[in-house]
Amino acid sequence: MAARVIKNRGEVRLFWRSFSRNQLAMCGGIVVAVLVVVAVAAPVLAPWDPNGVDTKRILASPSKSHWLGTDPLGRDVLSRVLYGSRISLAVGFVSVGIATILGTVLGAAAGYHGGLVDNFIMRLVDLMLVFPRFFLLLAVLAFLKPSIWTIMAVIGLTGWMGVARLVRAEFLTLREREFVIWSESIGAGALRVIFRHILPNAMAPVLVAMTLGIPAAILTEAGLSFLGLGVQPPYATWGNILNDGRDYMEIAWWMTLYPGLAILFTVLSYNLLGEGIRDALDPRLRRAGVGRILRLGR
Amino acid sequence: MVLFALRRLIISIPLLVGITFVSYLVISLAPGGPLDFLTPEDPNASPEVKERLIKEFGLDQPLYIQYGKWLSRAVRLDFGRSFLPDGKPVLTKIGERLPITLLLNVIEMLIIVGLAVPIGVMSATRQYSLYDKVTTVFVFIGFATPDFWLALLLMILFGLQLGWLPISGLRSLNFEYLSFWAQQWDFLSHLVLPIVVATFGGLAGFSRYMRQSMLEVIRQDYIQTARAKGLSERVVIGKHALRNALLPVVTILGLSLPGLIGGSIIVETIFAIPGMGQLMVQSVFSRDYPVVMGNLVIVATLTLVANLVADVAYGLVDPRIRLGGRRRRR
Repeated sequence: MAARVIKNRGEVRLFWRSFSRNQLAMCGGIVVAVLVVVAVAAPVLAPWDPNGVDTKRILASPSKSHWLGTDPLGRDVLSRVLYGSRISLAVGFVSVGIATILGTVLGAAAGYHGGLVDNFIMRLVDLMLVFPRFFLLLAVLAFLKPSIWTIMAVIGLTGWMGVARLVRAEFLTLREREFVIWSESIGAGALRVIFRHILPNAMAPVLVAMTLGIPAAILTEAGLSFLGLGVQPPYATWGNILNDGRDYMEIAWWMTLYPGLAILFTVLSYNLLGEGIRDALDPRLRRAGVGRILRLGR
Repeated sequence: MVLFALRRLIISIPLLVGITFVSYLVISLAPGGPLDFLTPEDPNASPEVKERLIKEFGLDQPLYIQYGKWLSRAVRLDFGRSFLPDGKPVLTKIGERLPITLLLNVIEMLIIVGLAVPIGVMSATRQYSLYDKVTTVFVFIGFATPDFWLALLLMILFGLQLGWLPISGLRSLNFEYLSFWAQQWDFLSHLVLPIVVATFGGLAGFSRYMRQSMLEVIRQDYIQTARAKGLSERVVIGKHALRNALLPVVTILGLSLPGLIGGSIIVETIFAIPGMGQLMVQSVFSRDYPVVMGNLVIVATLTLVANLVADVAYGLVDPRIRLGGRRRRR
């Protein structure tokens, strides 16, 4: 047990040493942390009630009292963008959680058992990948009442295929390794082998896939809300603020510019963080990371 | 080669059946059946419509019989009729919309490949140069830019502020009064913004793949050999390296197709282009279920066919794939 702890601490230290040298990834990580704080503290930070209608200040341009202007109902855009970050974050985390659990279970089953099980699950993956995701999402949403929970569920249920493939690939190689064969030879059951011995060693690429899956889910949710099929009003989301601003593009550019910038920076930060984690976890996986190309901090 | 193509074809038949099955599963998601959504205020909810629905979908029968019946009509490309007052057959509706979506996607694909290959090759051959850094920044911003937001910004800038380009539809109102060439120009100018928006994200991803693929090839021994025997850098890169670097990219092109087609939903909705994507959104909002299902089946089948073509093309250009005998892992 003691040896295990020391070994883990060593791995974490190695990871951190490599990760903290990557300035871009650190920036991404800091922005992501700030975004989480902002989302949690939105009620404290928001200067106005995000749903507070003010008919005297309709479509007011950015000013000292309304930094990012107001919308056609006189609601404060800054407050709505701040509250929107809660929806984005919640949808991102929960839907990626669903996708990761589903993908890990199916990928593990396929990779460990092989044969028919593997064949069936992988054909299911192929099948799901044939559907353009937005068409599938729209078709499902046509039949369901849109709410934040259905959005999380459908984004998660249509996004597990990449994780399943990753986990399966890891299992295929790990299954043949000595420590797995030895533990099987002393009578460890399938569940014990999977969860205790293989899965912990297969989690690194899954962690990376999760970090990169969150921004993808955020983009998808924003797109759905923009079409009016995502999280419904009165909840403020980045997508539906943009949708509200569409008819007023010419006179109220602030409703288009700022929520979009919020999406852009959020997605960019998660992507940089995800790349950084991948580089730090496994130097062999190191594709030409953005930090290395830009020669920052190396 | 024929054998290889045939094998790929046979593998995709179960997928085709799966597509129809998933599409049918979607309709059964509605709690209490699709009739529940026809509320009294709904103009579609007349007793005749309900009657027709029950008959058309066999809603009084068990699910597997319903599916069987629907499938037997679907293989003849008969997806029933639209719920909307015009009551057109679903296939007619889709047929009206398909050409423009295909045209847009083919143009986008050509532009993406045409630009991403040189961008990727130049970044790879000048690794860590200023050019490489600039394109990398561009790629990361391209990944993170929501396409609908980019569309809105371009509309504000080029459509509303500068007035250079039209921002909606495919033709101007005075289209019929224009001369032939003016008509062509009018049509093309309507396509510029949608195509720029649709290619932006794909270009970022694709040039990155191209760069990665090229970097891997450049380190191979046969490139050293080509250099050692005195070939010019142009021939080494343009002929020996590029050909091999393009191989995996063919597959990625096939795999990225669903994303591209899915993108037409956003682009066609924003720019009011009467294609499959817009039809999908409209029928989802009007709860026109036969059109939704027909659309889903057709789009997925198109993707399947495109993947098949990409697979066969891969086998055609890379003998290792078809002669290796072992299925490559994706």
